[in-house]
Amino acid sequence: MDIHVRGIHKSFGGFKALSGVDLDIASGELIALLGPSGSGKTTLLRVIAGLEFPEQGQILFGDEDMAARPIRERRVGFVFQHYALFKHMTVLDNIAFGLRVRERGERPPEATIRARARELLDLVQLSGLEKRYPAQLSGGQRQRVALARALAIDPRLLLLDEPFGALDAKVRKDLRRWLRSLHEQTGYTTIFVTHDQEEALELADRVVIMNRGQIEQVGSTDEVYEKPASPFVFDFLGNTNVLPGEARGREVFIDGHDTPIVTDTIHPNGAVDIYVRPGDLRLADGGIPGFYADVRSTQRTGPIVRCEAQAVHSGQLIELEFPHLHHDAPRLQPGQRVYLRLNNFSIFPRGQGKPGAKPSDPTVLIGSERERGRLG
Amino acid sequence: MSQDASLQDPPSLPPEFGAGPLARRNAAITEAPWVRYILIGFALLFLTGFLFLPLATVFVEAFRNGWRLYLAALIEPDALAAIRLTLLTAVIAVPLNLLFGLCAAWAIAKFQFRGKALLISLIDLPFSVSPVVAGLIYVLIFGAHGWFGSWLSDHDIKIIFSTPGIVLATIFVTFPFVARELIPLMQEQGTDYEQAALSLGASGWQTFWHVTLPNIRWGLLFGVLLCNSRAMGEFGAVSVVSGHIRGQTNTMPLHVEILYNEYQFSAAFAVASLLALLALVTLSLKSYLEWRHGDELAATRKH
Repeated sequence: MDIHVRGIHKSFGGFKALSGVDLDIASGELIALLGPSGSGKTTLLRVIAGLEFPEQGQILFGDEDMAARPIRERRVGFVFQHYALFKHMTVLDNIAFGLRVRERGERPPEATIRARARELLDLVQLSGLEKRYPAQLSGGQRQRVALARALAIDPRLLLLDEPFGALDAKVRKDLRRWLRSLHEQTGYTTIFVTHDQEEALELADRVVIMNRGQIEQVGSTDEVYEKPASPFVFDFLGNTNVLPGEARGREVFIDGHDTPIVTDTIHPNGAVDIYVRPGDLRLADGGIPGFYADVRSTQRTGPIVRCEAQAVHSGQLIELEFPHLHHDAPRLQPGQRVYLRLNNFSIFPRGQGKPGAKPSDPTVLIGSERERGRLG
Repeated sequence: MSQDASLQDPPSLPPEFGAGPLARRNAAITEAPWVRYILIGFALLFLTGFLFLPLATVFVEAFRNGWRLYLAALIEPDALAAIRLTLLTAVIAVPLNLLFGLCAAWAIAKFQFRGKALLISLIDLPFSVSPVVAGLIYVLIFGAHGWFGSWLSDHDIKIIFSTPGIVLATIFVTFPFVARELIPLMQEQGTDYEQAALSLGASGWQTFWHVTLPNIRWGLLFGVLLCNSRAMGEFGAVSVVSGHIRGQTNTMPLHVEILYNEYQFSAAFAVASLLALLALVTLSLKSYLEWRHGDELAATRKH
């Protein structure tokens, strides 16, 4: 079932949770809604489910507008963050619930219901546990029962609210992989909410990055990471260094340095911010585009060496990351002056603000006044 | 119940643990032995004086003149009428308050609306108002000189000094019990279970019956028990509206008072022993529920 979200507005009291959200989801896609808390991702999921009703806008399931229909008429499978399994029912009864509450005419015979529930239990790899109660299951098992229960009604759409939020790191990783293969096997259109970028990038076909009730960017894992549409997206997907600079046509100068970075597109002249990740800074000799910095401290955490340096001209603190076996790593001694080149970076006009500090103006993003560069 | 644990002696340990870390840790949170014994002794003395002794007196006095008189006091027509009226009142008041308590708790726990705080404090009103005032309210409304008094007498409807008045006063006095028990419980459970059931296609009624009710059943039973015991034992409010007509508008507590005032101590204590027995049964059921389903009962004990 393809889903179209059109111009959704939703507020709680004075707080605007969603302001003008549009989203198209193709049938069979696995979509992640990603964003910091308060970004509106859960509200969007609940609006699609029918647990919240928008003040404005449409929720189209195919051609049918469901925005005003209650959840029980939408036939969506919703998996709650804390599973909401019925405590007083066995695993099998939990899974069978959606079939048993159907009206007499549509309800399959009891034998069929039990067979279907067993089949689903098999699908989530929990056969043999049908007589257990939810309290007798581990977190990961509960999660899978909740999923089986949602699948029992043959939903048009599967919605998961922070599906792995309450699990520990190891179980979370296993379940993630398992959910991915389950999705490939069953093909349900699936939307899940997460604040964990790694989870979103690993699991989803496309990632929807949200901030302050709006969608910042929709794209594949590669797109959002390689071509972030806004400073917010860049910052949200990893650690960020921001360097002040100035654009003149194709050339971008890092403040205080006169070897320009030459980029593919023409920028409007003026001040820009150059966004670069700690792992994309490498040591170099002068002469190629880069900047000088003084190393202040280094610290090894596992296989990574993290280094704090101070840009000589702007005085800004810069973070660097190297694999500890990298040939540059030994040269990072506190007090040493180094020249750093930019492996990978994004350029945004100054004044789009500190990432995440205020919503970026979508019209600026559509104008694509950002630039993507690659050197070295 | 966990507070009680701190009053008890620390668990006795095998000698090899005597000076171990566990013993030291216990020492850190307990008082010196003499302080403990004084506190425990004081608590026991207090309970004996104010609870056990009076309770024992009720039964001793009831049986002072033997079984025959005890039974005779209970099967005497006025006593039977009082028992019947008390049971009737409870049978009407408890289900109504069960229904009201459920609705109020449901509304408060599952929905957001204006005036919610006001509704919560209104539910507590019968706890804070003197029962006598509660009775007077009904006399003022339905009594012969009350607002509806002349209309009621024109239509030959009797509320004050008759069974309806007693039932009304009892309902007023006992309505917080079920609601107060359920509100914290339902608030803690939130709406996820209901939403899950609805998302699976259940109707509102199916959701209530198969999901909400099983989740609150023990709390509900607990509230009903308390409500019932108060409904049968209520004196003040009922006394105001009853009119004390023997064999007609006397409930058990009122009957006890009349017998006592007429110096029929044996009979008074016999009827009183029934009420005391009811209290004991309620108490043991309540303790059983707390012991067996404590986790499902409201976290905040306040009765």
